[in-house]
Amino acid sequence: MSEAMDLEQEGDIKRFMFVNRKAPHGSIYALEALEVVLIAAAFDQDVSLAFLDDGVFQLRQDQNAKAIDMKNFAPTFRALEDYDVEKLYVERESLAERGLTEDELIVPVEVVDRARMGALMAEQDVVLSF
Amino acid sequence: MLHTVNKSPWQTPNLDACLAHLGNERLLLIEDGVYAAVARSDAAGKLEAPARDGRVYALGPDLEARGIDTAQLAEGIEVVDYSGFVQLVAEHGPHQAWL
Repeated sequence: MSEAMDLEQEGDIKRFMFVNRKAPHGSIYALEALEVVLIAAAFDQDVSLAFLDDGVFQLRQDQNAKAIDMKNFAPTFRALEDYDVEKLYVERESLAERGLTEDELIVPVEVVDRARMGALMAEQDVVLSF
Repeated sequence: MLHTVNKSPWQTPNLDACLAHLGNERLLLIEDGVYAAVARSDAAGKLEAPARDGRVYALGPDLEARGIDTAQLAEGIEVVDYSGFVQLVAEHGPHQAWL
């Protein structure tokens, strides 16, 4: 965090991408990623989120984690806009393999193909993987 | 006997390993394993034969947690609750968990 603070003081905005590849409730990765995204956003960095492979399941509508006594964190994705986190990229091929469509997602996203996703990763200053 | 799979079919090959050993026994999908039960996914086809025989189950609370409506499930897959899970173990034991 001290590094991020220095960045802010220098007015040096870096591009951070959070790469989400895990389904939401079988492990803690998805919830932890979301916590770190909110921290990064608080430091006024250029934050984007990528959802590919099983990570696309995190954005599915109508999740009710209370059914398994877990924190229902999916609605938090709707709050990202308030933190000026507006770049959410979802991989087209990952959706198709899993029988998901864009209109089943909880927030508006930009659906991109695999090649574009790879290019977006390459454009970043920092990539954090979950 | 009863087999359970708790991982997404895209994350690990556990579902394939289980199905290769399933024979005429029963399979219950739990936790991230339930994603395989969605009809439009490219994993559901793997379950077609045992589901047709009524030998594939999915745990309801895990479907609900993940936003999967029972109407989206592949044909023949039966939804059970926690007491149904217990009943399956009691009636069809032993239980092999493909972790």
